[in-house]
Amino acid sequence: MEAAQALADLTEVSSQIESAVLADTGGTVLAATYPDPKRGERVAQTAADLLKSARSAGREGLVQLEAATSEGSIFVVRDGEHLVAAVTGTQPTVGLVFYDLKTCLRLVGEEAEQPAPKRRRTTKKQQASAPEGEE
Amino acid sequence: MRRGRILTAIVLAAASYGASKVWRKRTARHPEHVDLYFEDGSMLSFPGDSDEGDRLLPLARQVLSSARDL
Repeated sequence: MEAAQALADLTEVSSQIESAVLADTGGTVLAATYPDPKRGERVAQTAADLLKSARSAGREGLVQLEAATSEGSIFVVRDGEHLVAAVTGTQPTVGLVFYDLKTCLRLVGEEAEQPAPKRRRTTKKQQASAPEGEE
Repeated sequence: MRRGRILTAIVLAAASYGASKVWRKRTARHPEHVDLYFEDGSMLSFPGDSDEGDRLLPLARQVLSSARDL
């Protein structure tokens, strides 16, 4: 699934998510729900910084985080190459939000893994020798 | 008899008012924290007043203000 479509599905499915951004682990935006692209870049970059700082705080193998403040919560989930960051109001249903974010990442990952369809090249000779009914 | 009923009603009203106050206070409490989840299924939780919480929560607020364009 395309990144923008995966993010659109995410915000449609999860009513708790106010906004979200999908980026690579370096913070380069792939898709965002913000009308202003610069805002998406800022959110992706600060979310990547937050993840990086959190990785230095804990052990190896950090895959997701939730930061709860009095104004709202931030969720960041990463896989090998991508991260998705989402903003919610206060007291969200943490498990549900994480589930939706992981689903979004999985859909994008599946798209990336799918090889592009190969174009078959046939010569006139091959076409002529092919049995009837075969394309 | 009538006085007893009035007294009971007043006590009940006061008790339910007090209980609702306590319930509201408990549900409104939303302590700041940062929870980290690892691929092996383990989790670390840092309260807002811990060193790690102090370090990570300002970044989280920065993400929030960028997202909400504050």
